Amino acid sequence: MNSNSLEEVERRGPQALWPRRSPHSREEGARGALIAAASTVGVLGLMLWVVLASEAWPKVQRQFFSWFHFKESFPKVASGFWLDVKMFMVAEVLILGIALGIAMIRALRGPAFLPLRIIAVTYIDLIRGLPILLLILLMGFGIPSLQLPGVTNSPLFWGVTALVLSYSAYTAEVYRAGIESVHESQRMAARSIGLTQGQALRHVIVPQAIRNVIPALLNGFVSLQKDVALVFVLGVREGLREADIYNARTFNYTSYIAAAVLFLLVSVPVARFTDWYTDRDRRRKQAMSS
Amino acid sequence: MMAKLSIRNVVKAFDGKVVLRDVDLDVSTHEVVCLIGSSGSGKSTLLKCINLLVPIDSGEIVLDGVDIAAPGINPNQVRQSMGIVFQAFNLFPHMKVIDNITLGPRKVHGIPRDEAEERARGLLERFDLLDKADAYPGLLSGGEQQRVAIVRALAAEPELMLFDEVTSALDPELVAEVLNVIRGLKTAGMTMVIATHEMGFARDVADNVCFLDDGVILEQAAPKDLFGNPQQPRTQQFLQRIVDAGRL
Ligand SMILES: Nc1ncnc2c1ncn2[C@@H]1O[C@H](COP(=O)(O)OP(=O)(O)OP(=O)(O)O)[C@@H](O)[C@H]1O
Ligand SMILES: [Mg+2]
Repeated sequence: MNSNSLEEVERRGPQALWPRRSPHSREEGARGALIAAASTVGVLGLMLWVVLASEAWPKVQRQFFSWFHFKESFPKVASGFWLDVKMFMVAEVLILGIALGIAMIRALRGPAFLPLRIIAVTYIDLIRGLPILLLILLMGFGIPSLQLPGVTNSPLFWGVTALVLSYSAYTAEVYRAGIESVHESQRMAARSIGLTQGQALRHVIVPQAIRNVIPALLNGFVSLQKDVALVFVLGVREGLREADIYNARTFNYTSYIAAAVLFLLVSVPVARFTDWYTDRDRRRKQAMSS
Repeated sequence: MMAKLSIRNVVKAFDGKVVLRDVDLDVSTHEVVCLIGSSGSGKSTLLKCINLLVPIDSGEIVLDGVDIAAPGINPNQVRQSMGIVFQAFNLFPHMKVIDNITLGPRKVHGIPRDEAEERARGLLERFDLLDKADAYPGLLSGGEQQRVAIVRALAAEPELMLFDEVTSALDPELVAEVLNVIRGLKTAGMTMVIATHEMGFARDVADNVCFLDDGVILEQAAPKDLFGNPQQPRTQQFLQRIVDAGRL
């Protein structure tokens, strides 16, 4: 070994004794990126060519990808979509809060809390056993049909309420998994300094639990962001409904594509962010435990 | 002198498996009692019972003349006069050292944050940890984490401290710094019950050593007697094994 490599060992540690593996080399990294880019362009190009070259393409283009109909339908679809976004935001905030409450109730121990726990479990089981669309129809059409005094008949209100009820049950289970992932010894340590069960949950268990389930919560975001469109069955004029109305008038499907583009514009970044976050989180944990 | 802590006929079973059978133990004020015994003999369980972290099946745990195992006692209140430190530190990883220490005083005693932090810094300084106040526990050495855990337990100004094998998760070179903290507490007059595998330390620091075997305190005596002249065959066996392992 010459003095050069000795210096390297000092600088890089014992790894310097072995040949560098390919991902560490800059040249090979660049070559890898080039290959990845070329193959991606190649595959996508091929798929595009197959589609565009097919005989059905002109017809498909007219029905689904007409620039004219896109421009025509877009303003209405977009303003409807804005309602989707608003529903999503209001519902998500409520869901995150309500679900956490339910999960915390489930996590309380001792016979005194048994009735509360039973209520929470019943709620979760019932709601999770029902198709979400059924709940939306039942509440969105059913409750207004009762004409109850002092109760709103707005299908929008009841549709969002149904979504909140449904998603809260699923999200409560996500939180519960998080709470259970925090080691029992943390609860014991919290109790040992005199915190009550509630304080231990709030200050010690839940903050750690939430950290553990952020990726799962983000997946829930993506899913709800699409499911808000389900209230369209109640006649609420959100994005999908507007697209539907346009289609019914023109028999052209480009309005659906316009709606699809809008949904994707929101959900794809969230999905990418979720992946990025999950990955970073995993690497961090590995670094901590090594 | 009245006993600070008196344990009478304590029985505890987990799912039918008896772990503590009829334990009696007295600890007077300023006394240091060490619990020794093989793994599974019930040392940790006994400490958790004293702290009411584990409910006992029968018996009495009398602290300052009050049976704290009796129904109607608020365990949160009891725990404030006792500190416990665990083998695995159990610091709250999402909080800075200073917040780990002030959480109890702030939430349980309602002490304002400023005041709680000032006191916490005082304690940290006393245990040579002041420069770690704003670090997260994950970045500290095992010895430092365990010392922070001790400070956290002390922050409630307990009159009784319970230690459960606080050095057995530590690298050998970090054991001394933690044991020295406990020695310091003894000098300051703290009443302590210490479960430990460090026989040298027990001999050095204890006023009374209890040998726990299969859920009973089989033998208790001053350290020089228990280590020098054990009466029970089981105690002799246990100590012989320790000597053979080169740990005494
Ligand atoms: N929560 C529990 N549920 C069921 N069994 C338990 C529980 N806690 C302790 N035990 C059992 O009680 C017995 C005594 O355990 P304990 O932890 O008190 O022993 P120990 O003397 O502290 O041992 P070590 O030296 O290994 O720490 C063991 O057999 C253990 O398996
Ligand atoms: Mg133990």
